[in-house]
Amino acid sequence: MDDADLRLDGNAAAGQLAEFFAFDVTVAEATCDGCGEAAAVGTLAAYGLAMGVILRCPHCDTALIRVSRVGHGQWLDLRGMRVLRVPVAG
Amino acid sequence: MAGTTLSGRLSWRLADVVETVVETPRTKTLVLSVPGWEGHRAGQHVDVRLTAEDGYQAQRSYSIASAPDGERIELTVERLADGEVSPYLADELRARDKLELRGPVGGYFTWEIADGGPLLLIAGGSGIAPLMAMIRHRAATGSSVPTRLLFSSRSWEEIIYRDALARLAATDGALQVTHTLTRSQPSGWDGYRRRIDEAMLVEVAAPPSAHPLTYVCGPTRLVEEVASTLVALGYDPARIKTERFGPTGG
Repeated sequence: MDDADLRLDGNAAAGQLAEFFAFDVTVAEATCDGCGEAAAVGTLAAYGLAMGVILRCPHCDTALIRVSRVGHGQWLDLRGMRVLRVPVAG
Repeated sequence: MAGTTLSGRLSWRLADVVETVVETPRTKTLVLSVPGWEGHRAGQHVDVRLTAEDGYQAQRSYSIASAPDGERIELTVERLADGEVSPYLADELRARDKLELRGPVGGYFTWEIADGGPLLLIAGGSGIAPLMAMIRHRAATGSSVPTRLLFSSRSWEEIIYRDALARLAATDGALQVTHTLTRSQPSGWDGYRRRIDEAMLVEVAAPPSAHPLTYVCGPTRLVEEVASTLVALGYDPARIKTERFGPTGG
């Protein structure tokens, strides 16, 4: 088993992300601050940790979203994301 | 203090285990009843959470394998030898037990009748679960959307939903099910016996000109190889949706 086997995608993190976002962020498109590529959050490469999850750019591996649980705090780190485009009806 | 903590919108709740069904030597389906379940779309997930006596918690995301059907949902769990969650779900959980879950979540890898088709569904192993929800939803609504499923399993014994798929395909001319068995094959098997590759996709899939709506779910490597091969063959990347089903589902 190598790293590729351990990788999931943002779809699997939908529940953890729903703790922060009022809309379904897995269908929103995130632009990577590292390489400028845009991808649906559901397609980002997800690496699960005991304390949270890291979502990385499938093109350049930059960490776009980090969620971690520390004590009584739930942390959301978005520094690897340049912009998030949320689809709206109509 | 009320209102100052994360909440709310997505809360954990207790489901009742109605029954457990052995699918293959390594997979079991949990039939659950979730009081107040507001329904789901085919392809959505739930998070399942286990809590140990000392308070330690582990959670995993599982695709719902059943079509929307009142308060009843089905999860198919693959037992991973070194898994933290799946051995309990597959071996210990019994009818009348309770299971803590939240959902439904995830709107990216979903299909509804209104999304149309034709559908091209490609699965590896337990990656069949969300695609089965789509196939069952399609059948339950009497949809005739042309649908082709290409399903890679290790062996005949390890084909999840083998009989259910055969029954559905036998009565529905618009549903075509193709298996490939990558490790061992029963005697007399005249189907595919290798991993999904370009030649297989060309033979099984409707051509790019048919603009199939494509869902690929399975282990990371299968998903990436299939998606990149389809794009190279000229399929529209915007109509290819992927979901990785890795051993971290443990």
